[in-house]
Amino acid sequence: MIPAAFEYERATSVQQASELLQRFGEDAKVLAGGHSLIPLMRLRLSQPSALVDINPIKELDYITVEGGKLRVGALVRHVQLQNSDTVKQNLPILAEVADEVGDNQVRNLGSIGGVMAHADAAGDYPTLALILDAEIVTNKRRHAAKDFFKDIFTTPLEHDELVCEVVFPIANGPHKYIKFRRRLFDWAIVGAAAQKVDGGWRIGLTNVGPTPVRSTAVEQALASGASPADAAEHASDGLNPSADLRASADYKKHLARVLTRRAIEQASA
Amino acid sequence: MAVTQLIGAKIHRREDPRLVSGHGRYIDDLNRPGQVYATFVRSPYAHAKIQKIDLTEAKAAAGVRAVYTAKDFQGQVAGTHPTVAAFAPEKKTVPDRFPIASGEAAYQGEIVAVVLADTKSAADDAANLVQVDYDVLPAVGDLEKALEPNSPKAHTDLADNLGWDMTLVPWEATDSAFGSAEVVVKERILQQRLAPTPMETRGVLAEYDTFDKRLTIWMSNQNPHFIRLFVGGALSLPESSVRVISQDVGGGFGSKISPYPEDYLVPAMARMGGRPVKWIETRTESIQNTTHGRGQIFDVEVAAKKDGTLLGMRLTQYLDLGAYHGTFGAFQACACVMAGGAYHWQGISARTVGVLTNKVPTDPYRGAGRPEATHLVERMLDRLAQEIGMDPIELRRKNFIQASEFPYTQNFGLVIDSGDYEKSLAKAMSIAGYDELRKRQADLRGKGRYLGIGVSTWIELCGFGPSALAGATAGVALVESAQVRVHPTGSVAVYTGTHSHGQGHETTFAQIVADTLGVPYEQVEIRHGDTNEGPSFGYGTYGSRSLAVGGMAIHRASQRVVDKAKKLAAHMLEAAEEDIVFDQGKFHVKGSPEKAKAMGEVAFAAYGAGLPEGMEHGLEAVAYFDPPNLVWPFGAHIAVVEVDPETGSVKFEKYVAVDDCGNVINPMVVEGQLHGGIVQGFSQALFEDVAYDEASGQLRTGTMLDYMVPTAVEIPDIQLDSTVTPTPVNDLGVKGIGEAGTIAASVAVINAITDAVSPFGITHVDMPASPDRLWKQIKEARGVSATSANGGGGAQA
Amino acid sequence: MKRKVALTVNGSRREDEVEPRLLLVHYLRDVAGLTGTHIGCDTSQCGACTVLVDGKAVKSCTLFAVQAQDAEVETIEGLATGDQLHPLQQAFWDNHGLQCGYCTPGFIMAGVYLLSQNPNPTDDEIRKGLEGNLCRCTGYVNIIKSVKDAAQKMGAAKGAGTPVAAGGE
Repeated sequence: MIPAAFEYERATSVQQASELLQRFGEDAKVLAGGHSLIPLMRLRLSQPSALVDINPIKELDYITVEGGKLRVGALVRHVQLQNSDTVKQNLPILAEVADEVGDNQVRNLGSIGGVMAHADAAGDYPTLALILDAEIVTNKRRHAAKDFFKDIFTTPLEHDELVCEVVFPIANGPHKYIKFRRRLFDWAIVGAAAQKVDGGWRIGLTNVGPTPVRSTAVEQALASGASPADAAEHASDGLNPSADLRASADYKKHLARVLTRRAIEQASA
Repeated sequence: MAVTQLIGAKIHRREDPRLVSGHGRYIDDLNRPGQVYATFVRSPYAHAKIQKIDLTEAKAAAGVRAVYTAKDFQGQVAGTHPTVAAFAPEKKTVPDRFPIASGEAAYQGEIVAVVLADTKSAADDAANLVQVDYDVLPAVGDLEKALEPNSPKAHTDLADNLGWDMTLVPWEATDSAFGSAEVVVKERILQQRLAPTPMETRGVLAEYDTFDKRLTIWMSNQNPHFIRLFVGGALSLPESSVRVISQDVGGGFGSKISPYPEDYLVPAMARMGGRPVKWIETRTESIQNTTHGRGQIFDVEVAAKKDGTLLGMRLTQYLDLGAYHGTFGAFQACACVMAGGAYHWQGISARTVGVLTNKVPTDPYRGAGRPEATHLVERMLDRLAQEIGMDPIELRRKNFIQASEFPYTQNFGLVIDSGDYEKSLAKAMSIAGYDELRKRQADLRGKGRYLGIGVSTWIELCGFGPSALAGATAGVALVESAQVRVHPTGSVAVYTGTHSHGQGHETTFAQIVADTLGVPYEQVEIRHGDTNEGPSFGYGTYGSRSLAVGGMAIHRASQRVVDKAKKLAAHMLEAAEEDIVFDQGKFHVKGSPEKAKAMGEVAFAAYGAGLPEGMEHGLEAVAYFDPPNLVWPFGAHIAVVEVDPETGSVKFEKYVAVDDCGNVINPMVVEGQLHGGIVQGFSQALFEDVAYDEASGQLRTGTMLDYMVPTAVEIPDIQLDSTVTPTPVNDLGVKGIGEAGTIAASVAVINAITDAVSPFGITHVDMPASPDRLWKQIKEARGVSATSANGGGGAQA
Repeated sequence: MKRKVALTVNGSRREDEVEPRLLLVHYLRDVAGLTGTHIGCDTSQCGACTVLVDGKAVKSCTLFAVQAQDAEVETIEGLATGDQLHPLQQAFWDNHGLQCGYCTPGFIMAGVYLLSQNPNPTDDEIRKGLEGNLCRCTGYVNIIKSVKDAAQKMGAAKGAGTPVAAGGE
């Protein structure tokens, strides 16, 4: 189907984008990479009154290291994260995850800011952001990742608030993200992340609930000396995933345990 | 035979330059001046009463030309949707089907209204403004529940949901086989619904000339002549006033054979509104409304001796018809008559039950009944082998129909033309390194790794079809036509009634003609897909028939041209016809090859002065080929997989296929057909599944995100080889190959997976063998809690 | 309300007034008359609509035409010079890398991008490079072979091992 009609404006600065969003009001949407939004519009499941195209905003396209943090502009595309030496040196797990998002064509357009703002339960970056205590910086404020992913497709973003940057800590120690799916370009059925930060493990899960999950029980077990296998048994503690086409709730819980164990083992190898 | 240098040669396809450069002509690439665009309003419910339709807003929307509902088509489109008998002629309940619902919608996606507008976007906008009040009715989904007396009915006015119930061979016929059995194995085998998913969806563009009263339909279709017949009839137009054109078609796989509601409505609207109308199906519409394949349950029992001698089989096929009978849906019952496969049986009892549900109709999809037959018999042989502790290959060899027995009359009276099942199996085993694989499997099992080896010694019947077997082939003679015209300067135009949508006929048919006529390949043009060209009727492409039937019609027509040219050459060389030799494309008098007349010279003479007395001018011929029998390709496929029992994931190690389709016209094209066919079978085994919500009947897999077609990453490495056992059924010695890979592959994959997990005591795995399904099955078989994190090791049964 | 969009398609500058909701693929097909770029799905999976925008492979069904302002767009029609096929087109022909041909332009454009990033890919890299494109006829076997063949021929033509900058920052 052809998307429903909408007003369209191109923004070349964050300031201008913000003004346009204010002008268009609640039914307007931000257009970044478009890979979640445009298919929904083509199915007419989303019918925004206006789109503010932020792709021309040059100031949101950067990857830098400053003050011991990796700062990634919201319009950085997956392909850039995938290939960036800065990312590979300072947060290699992010480059590896980017390499597994969608396909070449999707990675050429899809952006990290778009993934954060869309807050799909199966998104991979949100899990990393959560376990690494990343910050999502907008034109209005800074959100801790743990306060940002409220529910499925739900964030505290106001209608004229724009994700501008994601700030990660530097973490180049042992790490592994396992994205379990049927076809390489698919979303995760379940994803498991293991990243060592300052000598301790950060463990997270993707698509086992409406938001990304940090597995503190696994982290604590590892901290108190449990083996990866024993610690990973806690990965499904408290999870209540919903069944979908690809997996039953039981299977997702099982995968949470298996993939967590494998992620820790492979990260440690 | 004049020249034999092209048949069998790897000629690169002449279709390709236009297709690789973006100059193909698919349906959406065509436009007509003044055309308007149609968007259909479809039922969002699987089953609902249509209480009221309010068109006010839609009609008032910008750019809208018309909005129609069922009543507007009364008097414009006559009759009900055609259904043919095929293998299940005893229909019980056949719901009438009008191409647009009036009163009641019986599947999600059934058309209830249609908008015509100046642009696609205006049509889409207005379609969203059509207000329909529905009264939702209970939906029939599950096949077994549908047959219970208190089940809701797929249409409220039906007495039951029984589309057909036909016993082909009664159970008593196998009493002695089962009575003398030492072992009986039983299984329920599921065949999930599949969406054929050609990369190009369907589409129709129709133009009606109000003054000449001529209708032209461009569409993406496998058999334009049938569409002319059906649509012309429904619109009360003589066939001579209807022209159907299918240019480049982006894949069909069976889903573009039958007429569809849109195929009637779009031309009807072109006539009603006096403007060309264009409609292109969206992918979601395609998955929802284009006929599905498979959708069956088989209950099978096999009786055997403990030494592996097969005795008898009893099977019941439950076939999910959908809300209406598919035009050729009953053909899928051929799964029953093919259930014996490549083996000797004392007897086979079979019953087919067609069940009406609130889903889109099922119809042939690549293989249509034959993949199901192969799947069930090859699965049951493995099941039996496991039961009696015999190697599955040993079991097959013990029961094969032997090469010396052909022509062989199988249990349902069909005559298998030729074969050598042992030969292809031996070759496949040697390529795969079968004995070595079994050793490695044993070693790996000791280490807690689960390698599986699956075999499929498939056979197929194809080349539909002899008029003598019309009872089996939809009640109509599925012969084929061809016209060969040799122009005065020697170039040749050939018109075939089959259709090519990826199979490469423009190339392979030209190879046959060039050899038969002895003219340069470059001078032969193959044309298809336009009912205004060539013979009066064509039968289209399906059932791997294009070469064995269509190619033969071309060969026959070419031979007729040679026969006439020979007479004329004799006259030109002042010799008796019986003294003329036709060799390397030239006619000469026996013993005097230096004084020869080429086909081009004879052609020129055929249109000029000085013909022999009584000879008519021209050099052209029409032939209809009615094959004396079906043809029966066969082969052996071996799949090797490793299953991760902890996640249920399947990893491919190798896939070997040795196939035999008789003589080969172009090996490159044959290999391409096999690759694609195998991957579709592989894809059914592991990925594809049209899923409906059980309670509501809502489609859950309406996009390509949810309906999983594998990518280049997921497919196995495929090693192909062949044997050549020509058929005596036609002069070319050829059999079909378009469906073979699909027929063979699903069960090779599933047998490999089942073999891999057999140490857990698992005897059968259903499709798609998704990780969650396999994990659950392994977990249940182990009878241990899924919370064991170290699931990988030590679970040997 | 229509918007003006100016871009370069296959080397030719164009300016058109379009509705913002017009997808790039519809612009290319219906406005620019370049019907070689096909549509196979509604949800960005099939890749039949793949074109290059500023040298990067994108799915033109997931981009509005207005977003291509000032962009250089290359479609399947832009690859050949007269009847001289691009090496990838030639390789698809030589290796029977297509059957119905509907997905083919998208695969070739994805292949052009892949080889621009990685001129000498392994089989696995080719498979991954084509994961955004679906084919239903070929089983991918000969598509992979075609891309490999083109890589070899293009490499031989250029002098093998010529380094090409990886895409990215």
